[in-house]
Amino acid sequence: MSTPVLELRGVGKRFGQVVAVTGVDLTLDKGEFISFLGPSGSGKTTTLTMVAGLQKPTEGSILLNGQDVVPLPPYRRNIGVVFQHYALFPHMTVAANIAFPLQMRKVPRAEAGQRVEAALKLVGLPGFADRLPSQLSGGQQQRVALARALVYEPPLLLMDEPLGALDKNLRAQMQIEIARLHRDLGITVLYVTHDQEEALVMSDRIAVFNHGRIEQIGRPQALYERPATRFVAGFLGDSTFLAGRVQTLADEKAVVQTAHGVLRGHAATGLRVGGAAIVAVRPERVALLGADDAPRDNTVQGRVSDVIYLGQSRKYVVRLEDGAELLGLQPVGAAGVALSEGAEVRVGWTATDCNVLPAG
Amino acid sequence: MTAARLWRWAAWVLTAVIAVYLVAPMAIVVIISFSDSALLTFPPPGLSLRWYRSLADTPAWRDAILVSLEIMVITAAIATALGTAAAIGLASWRGPLAVAVRSLLMAPLVVPHIISGAAIFLLFDSWGWVGSMHALVFGHTALALPYVVATVGAALETYDRRLDQAALTLGASPRVAFLRITLPLISPGILAGLLFAAMLSFDELIVSLFLSTPQLRTVTVLMWSNVFGDINPEISAIATVILLVSMTLLALQWVLSRRRGPSVMPGLGR
Repeated sequence: MSTPVLELRGVGKRFGQVVAVTGVDLTLDKGEFISFLGPSGSGKTTTLTMVAGLQKPTEGSILLNGQDVVPLPPYRRNIGVVFQHYALFPHMTVAANIAFPLQMRKVPRAEAGQRVEAALKLVGLPGFADRLPSQLSGGQQQRVALARALVYEPPLLLMDEPLGALDKNLRAQMQIEIARLHRDLGITVLYVTHDQEEALVMSDRIAVFNHGRIEQIGRPQALYERPATRFVAGFLGDSTFLAGRVQTLADEKAVVQTAHGVLRGHAATGLRVGGAAIVAVRPERVALLGADDAPRDNTVQGRVSDVIYLGQSRKYVVRLEDGAELLGLQPVGAAGVALSEGAEVRVGWTATDCNVLPAG
Repeated sequence: MTAARLWRWAAWVLTAVIAVYLVAPMAIVVIISFSDSALLTFPPPGLSLRWYRSLADTPAWRDAILVSLEIMVITAAIATALGTAAAIGLASWRGPLAVAVRSLLMAPLVVPHIISGAAIFLLFDSWGWVGSMHALVFGHTALALPYVVATVGAALETYDRRLDQAALTLGASPRVAFLRITLPLISPGILAGLLFAAMLSFDELIVSLFLSTPQLRTVTVLMWSNVFGDINPEISAIATVILLVSMTLLALQWVLSRRRGPSVMPGLGR
């Protein structure tokens, strides 16, 4: 077992009475790409700034390659940071910006020149060395910022919503490039975003932040398919939530009595028989059932209230008897029941495609 | 002719009248300085450089100009260093004490110079400083400080402090980050403050009157005392010299501010 690149132990940050971050534990192995995902104000950026050393935690310790770096100022940590606002030095050329960290490390001029050139090539901007940041587009500026943070080969790269200021197409393109850089260079990355798709595309693991703590941490697929809380199920992708009470619990399977009948699903931790629970189901797991189709593990009835055409698929809303709304997704061109607003339908999903979560 | 065009013409005429009103006295002073007559008549009966020659030949004028230039250079240097430091300190300092310190620094802008002059005189007199170089320099520095604090403060307001943070993460100590990132980026404001301080010092009269003696006086003080004596175009010649120095500083500031940064003359810069 090698030492993890980064380890957070019970890290917390308090501003007076306000708790910004509390009890964050995390280990990050070499070459891993981890995303902090959460709404604004959930503590993800504050945690990143504490790792960078721009803020001091009020509790806990931060270990970089096994060494506690909390007492170290940012300029002694040798961590790369890419900010959302690029933070390029406007009075320096692109080359001077990228050479800056090398100068700080007393790298000889000739070697620095070569490394700057290599870094520019790496981010796809050869020939831009003599431009000023103001002469670059947002995407190009972010590439320069990335080159500047990579050129000194830090053991850890922090990225704070680096694509937040870019438009959608450019963002998608940059996501792929960042993922490629991560793969090719084998760098260890801690990436902060509020964009769930971004987190899913690039990460080895995702830590979902809410109210200053990590709500759940895991591989993207595990997080998406087996969310542990209602917050995670709702923040990562769409979910329909149906409230009920736990009837039986066995072998990670739960049976829940709801207003729509008995529903079955995978049991999350923190449930107890007789306790309140929430049944969460993803729209794409919901199937429209024809008259001849056999009922699924979970089947409910209702009236289609809305159909929204999304290009690849149609999203539809089924209004259930007690007014609850269930989201469904039907691939366009798929054979099966025709969708029309106002139609009475039966929808169903299997127990394994469904999660029973503790309420609240 | 439409009403709109009529108005535009009226505006141009008014502008021209005001421009003439502002510039004419200066122009007349400059023209008289080239007179060959011993009287202050306009237009001058003939042209000559005799009054400039007379300036150069009079040790009192020469000394006074040198004194003024020396005070200007030292004042500008001290006021710029202190004012820049104060502005940087104030930029990140909040609270009632910070407000008090800022108000104190800016006070010379609103306190009439005659009051400042009398106060400075009383203090320096009790220390036996009146008539000394350092008294004049300190007096001028007090008056020039608020201009430097204001121009550097304005530059810092537009300065993105997150650049400092970026520099820190890249391995720069706070000192290096300040020298390599902050200082170059606020330098237009510092330069504007420097030139403003120089300009203020060079044509300052009131405080200088309090602190000068016949042995050590600025060129403005000497002019002031000569106005009451026998008056000849020599006074126009020295006025022209002062005008030239001020205009040079202003032009310098203008040229530099075109590159970016706050300007002494808001209409001209940028």
